Amino acid sequence: MSKLKMLRPAIAIAALFIAVQGFAAGGGAELESADIDPGNISSLQRGARNFMNYCSGCHSAQYVRFNTIGKYLGLSEEQLVDNLMFNAEKTFETIQASMPAEDAARWYGTAPPDMSLMARAKGADYIFNFLKSFYLDADSPTGVDNSVLAGTSMPHVLWELQGYQQEIVEEHTVDGVTTHEFVGFELVTSGSLDAEDYDDFVRDTVNFLAYISEPIRSERRKLGVWVLMYLIVFWVIAVMLKKQIWKDVK
Amino acid sequence: MNEDDVDRIDRNRRHFLTVATVVTGAVGAGFAAIPFLSSLQPSARAQALGAPVEVPIGSLQPGEMIRVLWRGRLVFVLRRDEGMLARLQENLDSLDDPNSEVVEQQPDYAANETRSVKPEYLVVEGSCTHLGCAPLEDFDVRPSENWGGGFFCPCHGSKFDLAGRVSKGVPAPTNLRVPPHRFVRDDLILIGQDTGAA
Amino acid sequence: MARIEAEVGKPQGGLMKWIDDRFPFTETMKAHITEYYAAKSFNWWYVFGVLAMVVLVIQLVTGVFLTMNYKPAAAEAFASVEYIMRDVEWGWLIRYMHSTGASFFFIVVYLHMFRAMLYGSYKKPRELIWIIGMLIFFVLMAEGFAGYLLPWGQMSYWGAQVIISLFGAIPGIGDALVEFIRGDYSISDITLNRFFALHVIVLPLSLIGLIFVHIVALHHVGSNNPDGIEIKEHKGPDGIPLDGVPFHPHHTTKDLVGIIVFLMLFTGVVFFAPDMGGMFLEHANFEPANMTATPEHIAPVWYYTPYYAILRAVPSKLWGFILFALAVVLPVFLPWLDRARVKSIRYRGWIYKTALSVFVVTFISLGWLGLQEVTTTYVLAARIFSVLYFAFFLLMPYYTTIDKTKPVPDRVKYHE
Repeated sequence: MSKLKMLRPAIAIAALFIAVQGFAAGGGAELESADIDPGNISSLQRGARNFMNYCSGCHSAQYVRFNTIGKYLGLSEEQLVDNLMFNAEKTFETIQASMPAEDAARWYGTAPPDMSLMARAKGADYIFNFLKSFYLDADSPTGVDNSVLAGTSMPHVLWELQGYQQEIVEEHTVDGVTTHEFVGFELVTSGSLDAEDYDDFVRDTVNFLAYISEPIRSERRKLGVWVLMYLIVFWVIAVMLKKQIWKDVK
Repeated sequence: MNEDDVDRIDRNRRHFLTVATVVTGAVGAGFAAIPFLSSLQPSARAQALGAPVEVPIGSLQPGEMIRVLWRGRLVFVLRRDEGMLARLQENLDSLDDPNSEVVEQQPDYAANETRSVKPEYLVVEGSCTHLGCAPLEDFDVRPSENWGGGFFCPCHGSKFDLAGRVSKGVPAPTNLRVPPHRFVRDDLILIGQDTGAA
Repeated sequence: MARIEAEVGKPQGGLMKWIDDRFPFTETMKAHITEYYAAKSFNWWYVFGVLAMVVLVIQLVTGVFLTMNYKPAAAEAFASVEYIMRDVEWGWLIRYMHSTGASFFFIVVYLHMFRAMLYGSYKKPRELIWIIGMLIFFVLMAEGFAGYLLPWGQMSYWGAQVIISLFGAIPGIGDALVEFIRGDYSISDITLNRFFALHVIVLPLSLIGLIFVHIVALHHVGSNNPDGIEIKEHKGPDGIPLDGVPFHPHHTTKDLVGIIVFLMLFTGVVFFAPDMGGMFLEHANFEPANMTATPEHIAPVWYYTPYYAILRAVPSKLWGFILFALAVVLPVFLPWLDRARVKSIRYRGWIYKTALSVFVVTFISLGWLGLQEVTTTYVLAARIFSVLYFAFFLLMPYYTTIDKTKPVPDRVKYHE
């Protein structure tokens, strides 16, 4: 009887954890996995370069300091200044967008969002798919739309690398009701990178975005191991003390 | 083994385990305190805001002084003219520490007659060494008072000369502090750092 | 001269006497710690009270250090949290401990309350302990709600918008009340500032006061135990309950083991999964509050969702609010709804055991449903479970009366 009751808190907690796993993204289409490797420093270095060269024109990362990135990526101050800092002077400065926010809001209808936390808000997979899902749309002011975020004001910044693709849509008519099913993309104009290389480019960039969304991540995991080891030692001693104190209780 | 022996062993074991538990717990508590206490140190933002400050002096005229802020503190940059430099030698016996012997108040390179890197340019914190008020300029020469010019603190009447040296008989105990600084170029001073690149 | 010396006392051995002459130190230590007797048969359900105190201390200490860097103004709040996460030395750890602590507080408190339901710890003479405990629960819910607004993320803002609007359902005074709570015509910087004052001062002080009173009430009657027996009814010739062991060193050392296990779980989350898949730190809250764009899916934090599910299940705004409030408050009446003559589930019949199992499944299911988006199936499920939730309480006077109980032994069941 008591064993069954002991199961209850375990069941309660297990149920809770199962619910957790099922609630990862919270709605939306199937997303291809970005498959990023947070430990891959070269990927992060390329991602940083990609971000500064292609994204920081419009998107700030206002909570991120250059010296934090430089230290984590193993860059010397010279490498940091020469390769990543275009408008900033001091390494302790944060990543600001080159385009003033008010102008961007006027030109694009909405200010380009800050990227410091985007990977935590939307997920790395979302951003990965977003950057791969621009397609030609003659009705759009930017000439493109995006299947991950329909109606986006963002132009296809990486068109030179990916090229331009169009949507392949299949039409089905059942009982007089016509539905359109999105089947995939088809490359219409090729860019300087083939599909695999473009994927790697986007992956590196998303890897960098994931890193800046929580720079302390790898350090916290390392520290956690030490804390757990200490607690295991403490637990053993505490159990021995408890047993000793309770030895004569009948 | 009789009962007394068992009891004794039990008591010893209990004592040992209690000590072991308390020590392990104390060590853990000590380590746990570190993040909290460290969080009180200046943050990365404070360090960024407290970074060295560049002060262009190309247009500073002889006899002119500018005020700048470094780490939220007032710093005077005074370009002394010939008369001011000459008067630095006068009335040395009215000063508490004419030879800058109190080493905490200036870096080595400012422990000289003019308390500066270059004789013309005085770089000194505008904070009275009594209780921290900002001293006022008093560059008028008043021979009757043996006053060759300097700074006067309105709070409690402390006086400093044109090298920031404190007069005798005033509440302030030491000379005005000279912050770390260096000349990046002839027309550019960097306050807050005296070694290496900017 | 001699009289003065006697009054001052010797510094060394006499220090305790000097203190005890002026403050009930030793007598308090004895009455509440070294000579306070609790049953030797406590199982691990009994650790959650102490764990709740541990979490309280964690929240208070981390909370203090967060307030040193947090800015309670709409224009600066979000940025100040990122400042803590990135620029303040170890700020990330303090923040994660606080956010994890909030969720663990509710896990611990729910399990603590469940223990009372297992062993009848709310029954006479412990009804007042239970009532005070329920008050603690209400204050805790308010504390979590106020705290969640502070990061000023999308979920902070819109979650608060939804929950505060609920009060508008009250007929007559509803709209005025909502404006009164907000202090403004919509949730704004003004609301944020006052929620900060509530979260940092008013509610924590209330919590500490209530917990103190909760323990005073507990110590006055003595703790219950898994057999629901009153150990004070069988005392030895020395006046000590035969089934009792002194709180210190027996329960202190046993609780220490429980606390360390708890800290391992806590550490696991803080260092390896602070977001907990979006359950402890919701994804939408990493975007700053935007008054013009509601997130796709608003849900309260997981610990409110059982009650939220009940609210959403009811098709009327007013009745949804009433039933939601009732669901939260109903457990207060357990001491009077429960008519069984035994305390512990060990001696109850199959009816209560079934009812309690159904209640557990109901509560967890409602919690899960509260997190989901609204679909017809889910609404139907939520309605069924809501009925079951209320039935557990409202039918209790009936089914606990007819439930066949087993005889309760004189002495507790204890196995080494």
